[in-house]
Amino acid sequence: MEIFNDLLHSERFRRSLSWAALVLIIVGLIIGTVHTTNKVDYIWRWEQIPRYIFFQETIEVTVEEDATVTAVERDGADTYIIALNFLDEEQYYTVPSHMVSVKTGDELQRGQVLAEGRRWKPGLLLTGLILTLEISVLSIILGVVIGLITGLARLSSSPAPKWLAIGYIELIRGTPLLVQIYIFYFFVGQVFRLSNFMAGVLALSFFAGAYVAEIIRAGIQSIHKGQMEAARSLGMNYPQAMRYIILPQAFKRILPPLAGQFISLIKDSSLVGVIALVELTRAGREIGTSTFNYFEVFFTVAALYLILTFSLSMLVQFLERRFAASD
Amino acid sequence: MIDVKGIYKTFYSRHKVEALVDVSLHVEKGEVVVICGPSGSGKSTLLRCLNHLETIDQGEILIDTILLNDSRTNINKVRAEVGMVFQSFNLFAHMTVLENVSIAQIKVRKRSRQEATKIGMELLEKVGIPEKAGSYPSQLSGGQQQRVAIARALAMQPKIMLFDEPTSALDPEMIGEVLDVMKTLAREGMTMCCVTHEMGFAREVADRIVFMDEGRIVEIGTPQQIFNEPREDRTKAFLAQIL
Repeated sequence: MEIFNDLLHSERFRRSLSWAALVLIIVGLIIGTVHTTNKVDYIWRWEQIPRYIFFQETIEVTVEEDATVTAVERDGADTYIIALNFLDEEQYYTVPSHMVSVKTGDELQRGQVLAEGRRWKPGLLLTGLILTLEISVLSIILGVVIGLITGLARLSSSPAPKWLAIGYIELIRGTPLLVQIYIFYFFVGQVFRLSNFMAGVLALSFFAGAYVAEIIRAGIQSIHKGQMEAARSLGMNYPQAMRYIILPQAFKRILPPLAGQFISLIKDSSLVGVIALVELTRAGREIGTSTFNYFEVFFTVAALYLILTFSLSMLVQFLERRFAASD
Repeated sequence: MIDVKGIYKTFYSRHKVEALVDVSLHVEKGEVVVICGPSGSGKSTLLRCLNHLETIDQGEILIDTILLNDSRTNINKVRAEVGMVFQSFNLFAHMTVLENVSIAQIKVRKRSRQEATKIGMELLEKVGIPEKAGSYPSQLSGGQQQRVAIARALAMQPKIMLFDEPTSALDPEMIGEVLDVMKTLAREGMTMCCVTHEMGFAREVADRIVFMDEGRIVEIGTPQQIFNEPREDRTKAFLAQIL
C-alpha cells in the first residue's frame, strides 16, 4: 500500500500521467474530426491530392501536314519546331527538349509522331507554393531594406526624414493590407505599369517595411547610448558607428520579433490571391471549386504554409544560437 | 593643448540646470589635470564638452588650436586625436577584446588589419591582459574591461586622453590595476584630463587639480597647494569630507 502511495506521488508518475493526457487529447481530436465529417457525409478523397503537387503529363505530338523543318529552337524544357508546308505556311510544334528527334532540313510527313511519352509536371499546389515562396522572399528582402531606411529616418533629429517616416508608418499601420494591395494593383500598378506580381510584392514590402521600421527603431534605441558615444569618441562618423557598432548589436536583439514579422508576411501573402496571383491559397481555392475536395485541399494548403513558416523559425533559431557567442 | 575660454552649458530637462558657468581652463602639452568636485558640479559635463559629446552654448574650446564649436571643423578628425575612457567602460559588446582595440584603427585610421592587430596586441600587453585578446567583454571583470577601454583609446595614438570617472564603477580591489595603467601613461608624458575621486592618484601624478562646484571652477592649484592650504572654504569642506 505504501509503495503504491509513493508511486502515486512521485514526480515521474505525474509526468507520465501528463503525457498520457496529451496523447488522449490528440487522439480525441482526431476521432472527433473524423466523426464530425462522417456526420456531414463527406467522402474523403486524399488520393486526389498528390496530382496537384506532381502529375504525369501525356505527350503526343503528331505532324498535321507534310512540311520541311526550318528551325529547331530550344527554350528550357521545351523545344519549338518550326516547319513550312508546300504553301510556305509556318507550322509550330512544341516538344519536350529531351524528345527532339528532328533537325533543320528534315522532311516531315503527315501523321508522323514527333514526340510520345509522359513527363512529370508540377501541379497547381506546387506552383502556388513556389509563387508564395517567391513573393515572400522578395517582400522580406525589400521590406527589410525599406524598414532599415525608415527606421533610421524615424530616429533622425532633422524634421523632414523623421516626419516622412512617421507619416508612412502610421499610414500603413492604420489601413488594412487588403486595401493596400488593391491600391497597389489598381492605382500604383496602373500609373507605373506594374505586373500584378510586382504590384503584389510592392504592396507586401511596403506593408512589412512599416512594421520592420518600428522593430529596428526599438532595437537601435535598446542599445545603450554609451556604445554610440564610445564609437564617436574614437573618431567614427555616424554611419560608421551605426554600421559597425550599433546595428550588429541591435540586429541580434531584434532577430526574434523580426522573425515573427517574416512569418506574418508569409501568411499575409495569401491575400495577393485577390489580384489574380495564383499563390498557394488561391491555388487551393481553384482546385476546390473544380473538385469540391475543399477539406483535403485546405488541410494540405495549411500543411504547406506550416512547412514554410516552420523552416523559417528553425533558421532563425540557428542564427540566434550563432550570435549568442558574445553573451 | 587644450584651451577652454568662458564656456556656458545649460540643460533644459524638467528644470533648468546650469551645468557650466563661465568655465575657462588651459592645459599644457604633457600636463596631467585632475578635475574633482561634488556630484552635479559639472566636471563630467566639462570633460564631455572637450570631446564634443556635449555642445556648448557660449564660449570657445580649442583642441590643439582647432576650434571645436565651429561647423567647419571636422569633429571626427579632432576626436581621433582625443581618447576618451568612460565610467561604464562602453566596450563594444559584440566584438572580442582584440576587435575592440582594432576596429577604429581600421575604419578611422585606415590601417591594415594586420597592422591594427599588431598595435592592438602591443597595447593589450601594455595594460597587462594580452591573454584576453580573444574573449568577449562580458567574460571580463570590470577592471579588465576598463583596461581594454584604455587600450582601445590608446590604439588611435591620441594626443590627449580624457578619463571620465574611470574607477567609479569598479570593485575596490580592481581600482588599483586601472590606476596603475593611468599612472604609467602620465609618466610617459601623455596629456591627460581625469575626472576622479581618487585623491591618492591626484596627489601622486597630477600637475594641477581643478576643483569645481555648481558649474563653476572654484579653485585651481598644484596638489600640494590644494591639499595642504586650500584657499576657498568650499574646497576645504569638500576635502574634509572625502579625505
